[in-house]
Amino acid sequence: MTIKHHLTDALLMGYSAGNLPEAFNLAVASHISLCDECRAREFEFDAVGGAVLETEQAAVSQDCFANVLNMIQGSAPDPVQQKPSVSDPVFPVPLAEYVQGGLDAVKWRRIGMGAKQAILKTSDQATARLLCIPAGTAVPDHGHNGIELTLVLQGAFEDEEGVFARGDIEVATEEVDHTPIADMSGDCICLAVTDAPLRFHSWLPRLAQPFLRI
Amino acid sequence: MYGTNQIAADYDAGAVAFAVNMPEPKRRMRSKAGKVSPSDSQASVQWIACVQRIRDAQDEAAFSKLFQHFAPRVKGYLLKSGADNSLAEECVQDVMATVWRKAGQYDPSRASVSTWIFTIARNRQIDVLRKQARPQPEDLPWGPEAEPDQVDVLAIQQDSARLVDALSALPNNQREMIEKAYFGDLSHSEIAEVTGLPLGTIKSRIRMALDRLRQALKDPT
Repeated sequence: MTIKHHLTDALLMGYSAGNLPEAFNLAVASHISLCDECRAREFEFDAVGGAVLETEQAAVSQDCFANVLNMIQGSAPDPVQQKPSVSDPVFPVPLAEYVQGGLDAVKWRRIGMGAKQAILKTSDQATARLLCIPAGTAVPDHGHNGIELTLVLQGAFEDEEGVFARGDIEVATEEVDHTPIADMSGDCICLAVTDAPLRFHSWLPRLAQPFLRI
Repeated sequence: MYGTNQIAADYDAGAVAFAVNMPEPKRRMRSKAGKVSPSDSQASVQWIACVQRIRDAQDEAAFSKLFQHFAPRVKGYLLKSGADNSLAEECVQDVMATVWRKAGQYDPSRASVSTWIFTIARNRQIDVLRKQARPQPEDLPWGPEAEPDQVDVLAIQQDSARLVDALSALPNNQREMIEKAYFGDLSHSEIAEVTGLPLGTIKSRIRMALDRLRQALKDPT
């Protein structure tokens, strides 16, 4: 699998520093699960975090160490766990945990034109949703008030920025207006994350927005 | 498993190979206690040995050594991230207990001990301060059960030490921006400015080590 569209440094650093909303963390963790290059870049930002950790000190209380010894008293370190690698063909592990299973477990709701969505439960600063766009269908032309991340899990879509296939992530900011079209070869399933409502350019989807929560 | 001495000896040999073309970074360590914090890879090799002593022998003396160095730093990080004193104190205890419990999962070919402890503290911070779940990436097919290559261990430790030096050598305002990003004080667009700061050469060296690691796993010879 060759991934062509990657995360930005700012998102990787935000993920490493721990200051992204939960829904963004989910998209980043899911992409990293599929993309070795971004995983390595994320390690680099963790290393910067390790360096930052060395810069500040604050005295701990006198009984702090004794308390910790109490907590671990007599316990051996955990045995190294061989996590069973749950390899769902569509959902990487972090996403499978939010869906609580594979495609069968998704509770889809129709949003018109054959498209379906399922909103995943995360903290409310941003929204994560699975989208299923039928082959050859266009998502109405839209812009963004904030940032929209779109991670392709199955199939492919194409827009003004290029072709996005499994593992590719599109980072669309306020400057990007686009009309993604699902590839003809099959339905396209994506994880879409937004921190603000989308800005549709025609009145029909705009009218439907409050009901569909997009 | 390697002993400390063996790693230290290899480190000296490795240092020659890795130090070529690397100017000696300025040393300007800051710390509230006024002590010089050990930033060289000798120190980080020593921390690796401590973690391994905990994993292999449940060595409380080794744990105490780690605690003395890292507990105040974890607390400093938590206070800067917005915890009050009693919450920070409580979290430090959780983080250090996790260090003990997860000692077997630490992989020195992926991260320095500082970096590993940073990730534990960060996850705790997200959990307790931000009250959010943190989705973690899928585990890699390679893990701590596979014996890490010493060349990679040394490269990562040296890079990490160099990163500490590089950070402290940055102009004050740039260094503060990076620190702010990790203390959760920057917005996304502000972070976008920070990521352009000149830590690039060091970052790419960490990536080289990771690339080699991945390559070795693809064709095990």
